[in-house]
Amino acid sequence: MHSVTQQSSTIAKEQPWYSAKKYFSHQHQRRSLDEWSLGGILIIGVLALFICVVLPLYSLLSKSVENREGEFIGLANFAKFIDTPSLYSSVSNSLFIALLSMVIVTSLAFLTAYAISRTRIPLKGFFRIVLVLPILAPSLLPAISLVYLFGNQGILKEVLMGESIYGPIGIVIGSCFWTFPHALMIMLTALANTDARLYESAEALGASPMRTFFTVTLPAAKYGIISVAFVVFTLVITDFGVPKVIGGQFNVLATDIYKQVIGQQNFEMGAAVSVILLLPAILTFITDRWLQRRQSALLTSKAVPWTPPVRSIIDKAFFALMILVSSIILGVIAMAIYASLVTFWPYNLSLSFKNYNFDLMDGGGWDSYWNSIQLGLYTAVIGTGFIFFQSYLVAKLAGFKLLKWFFHLFAILPLAVPGLVLGLAYIFFFNAPDNPLNGIYGTMAILVVCTISHFYTVCHLTATTALKQIDPEFESVSASLKVPQILTFWRVSLPVCMPAVLDIASYLFVNAMTTVSAVVFLYSYDTNLASVAVLNMDDAGDIAPAAAMAVMIMLTCMVARLIHWLLGNVVLKHTQHWRTR
Amino acid sequence: MTQRALFKRLAATAGIALVSISAHAAKTELTVYTAIEAEDLKKYAARFNEDNPDIKINWVRDSTGIITAKLLAEKDNPQADVVWGLAATSLMLLKNDGILETYKPNGYDKISPKFKDLYKEPVWVGMDAWMAAICFNTVEAEKLGLPKPTSWQDLTKPVYKDHIIMPNPNSSGTGFLDVSSWLQMFGEDKGWDYMDALHSNVSRYTHSGSKPCKLAASGEIPIGISFAFRAAKSKKQGAPLDIVFPTEGLGWDMEATSIIKGTKKLEAARKLVDWTISKKANEMYSEGYAVVAMPGIAKPIDYFPEDAESLMIDNDFEWSAKNRDAILTQWQTRYDSKSEPK
Repeated sequence: MHSVTQQSSTIAKEQPWYSAKKYFSHQHQRRSLDEWSLGGILIIGVLALFICVVLPLYSLLSKSVENREGEFIGLANFAKFIDTPSLYSSVSNSLFIALLSMVIVTSLAFLTAYAISRTRIPLKGFFRIVLVLPILAPSLLPAISLVYLFGNQGILKEVLMGESIYGPIGIVIGSCFWTFPHALMIMLTALANTDARLYESAEALGASPMRTFFTVTLPAAKYGIISVAFVVFTLVITDFGVPKVIGGQFNVLATDIYKQVIGQQNFEMGAAVSVILLLPAILTFITDRWLQRRQSALLTSKAVPWTPPVRSIIDKAFFALMILVSSIILGVIAMAIYASLVTFWPYNLSLSFKNYNFDLMDGGGWDSYWNSIQLGLYTAVIGTGFIFFQSYLVAKLAGFKLLKWFFHLFAILPLAVPGLVLGLAYIFFFNAPDNPLNGIYGTMAILVVCTISHFYTVCHLTATTALKQIDPEFESVSASLKVPQILTFWRVSLPVCMPAVLDIASYLFVNAMTTVSAVVFLYSYDTNLASVAVLNMDDAGDIAPAAAMAVMIMLTCMVARLIHWLLGNVVLKHTQHWRTR
Repeated sequence: MTQRALFKRLAATAGIALVSISAHAAKTELTVYTAIEAEDLKKYAARFNEDNPDIKINWVRDSTGIITAKLLAEKDNPQADVVWGLAATSLMLLKNDGILETYKPNGYDKISPKFKDLYKEPVWVGMDAWMAAICFNTVEAEKLGLPKPTSWQDLTKPVYKDHIIMPNPNSSGTGFLDVSSWLQMFGEDKGWDYMDALHSNVSRYTHSGSKPCKLAASGEIPIGISFAFRAAKSKKQGAPLDIVFPTEGLGWDMEATSIIKGTKKLEAARKLVDWTISKKANEMYSEGYAVVAMPGIAKPIDYFPEDAESLMIDNDFEWSAKNRDAILTQWQTRYDSKSEPK
């Protein structure tokens, strides 16, 4: 994940197909058979993305301007939305929650990232691991944990001084918990690249540490901070797991969609609310793209790495902060694990595995867990294969400029689409009786397709960035030696990019395990998923088993990360010798 | 080995293979949508398979609102073959959308009229009745000094402020039967007045009908408005609960069964529906439900009052189904925006 966000920031400045063209266009006036066949695969890729991303969104948009009978009614659904006070109040609720979480997470992420990259506190490696742990758990886990910590039978109930955890307080704490790692990783990237020469100049000019902070540190991290703010805002406003579990009567847009669709069978209104939810996401998306262009312009190749000086008071303060944040994260996770092991909260505190007997609960039992593993593996294998090869074609295949432009557009688009919206769009598109693909509705296939599409962008950017580090000369040399390009891919590009390939695979696996939003509308009787089971068990009031399943998901993701680490650091080390001199 | 012997052996192998394939193929799989409590699903399927080993049930289980929504969503491309165990009011709604197949199952005459679709060509048939009940956590109530309520009206007393959780009728069948029963018992105006008063005591509304009772069982809230089946189960598991059956009367709904129009496995679907109203099925329902479709089967259930059936209100399902949309919209405008922090 580190590399994922780091790389995405450098990618935007140069369009990948542009450099390829620059190198090749004059050499190859006519396309070889080789190029035509690879081009054919690229065409299939563009079509696949068009079908899996663009068309479903089109169905969603058209549904939002239709009535139940499928007649066009213009903006009537939106007008009704504004007229319904309970729905309209969700807008301000959502904004309030998202803004508050944004401020909290952005400041915390900045401080912790600063502690890691700009101070000399001990245990940095440990903190780095602990602080990103929440990313391995479904967003429902902190919410469930909060019930046990601050609910009416919670062990820390008094801390809230009579306020209820079910509502804005709970949503904000839960949202901060699960969005924090995302923010931290972007912030670390923003703070990682600093030019020591600036600090030396500041010192030489006699600037105070405070002045140096405001004139050197902060401006350099400016775009990172804005980017984090937008990302957190979007993640929170589009998340539906946390408010669902701990939101009480505090309605937000994301839960409204769920209620409209699931509770009231009002698909058209659900579609309309989805379109409204798309707006902040698209705004974030555009801002983020724009910022990344600006930020990459800031970095120069002449920058000298900076080593933080010893500042005992500041270091101690930051160390204390890191201990505090880590304890909160570990505390929330530990509470979930403990709650999952308690036999009958709060009346029988003896420990047992009773809550892990999922087969007696809602949500599909242990089958749902195995389904999730299956989904994770399929998504990781198929997704990585497809994404990496297509990114390779976009980056390294000569010509096909227009096609590549479309591919890039479709590949970036999913970043702007919240999972809930994508899931709903998939129902509309894939369950239409006249869609020849409607056979995949209700199967594992649609879950795999949806999950890959949902998380496409980050993987695409990771692959593209990694591929751009390889000299294009390999392709031109192999072309002049008449080696088919596919062989060059197999012998050079793939082995060299293996770390990125692993990153993509593990990113896809973890997200497939933890995601709820898109798949909640798409699972079927034999494709129940663990993350959805958490939601459904909580819904039915089986909160301890829900905690247990969330813990299972987290442990599985930890194992996946461990395997990723082992593969990357042990098995594949030999493919990366070229990086060290 | 002569050629003939070889041929014989091959033929035999092929024969065995064929038989095993056809035996496998004979097992029809039915996709059955249901809102029956999750813990009962395995039992229901196993009992059915004792008599029909050739039909495999694939359950899709969710709360009443979700199952209803799913069926409506898939209207043009139905995924389910049968609905076994969904609120009759929901089935009536689905019937109006033309989703259900008419079928008069074998043994239809043997069940009480209350559990029948009143039309000549019935599309659904009832199984059992589930009724409202209040789960009252004695331990928490004592801590908070709350008296035990005995009627619906009791719940509006100021002493219970923020100590009550009930299901949202928009998603929960139990929530809807509560609301519809109050409107029928107290009359429309008084009914809404009652809910206004109750609303100020409700701490929050849950998505599912069993959650309020489970929350009461775990002490998260002292009073959960839920249904009797769930209450009895939680009490049996050792939760410190008293089950209150309000004196004014109990709202109730039927769990019912129907075939989805357009199923490609009509024969198997009919077999299943026949079985769901058989004596054996009714005996199975009566293990958890005090009132079942076939007269003379029901037996007393632990923690249920003996006269459970007499407490049930005279429920007008046609009225409920017809006004379902209007009631839910009204309810939503009144109470769903409990968004301002108290």
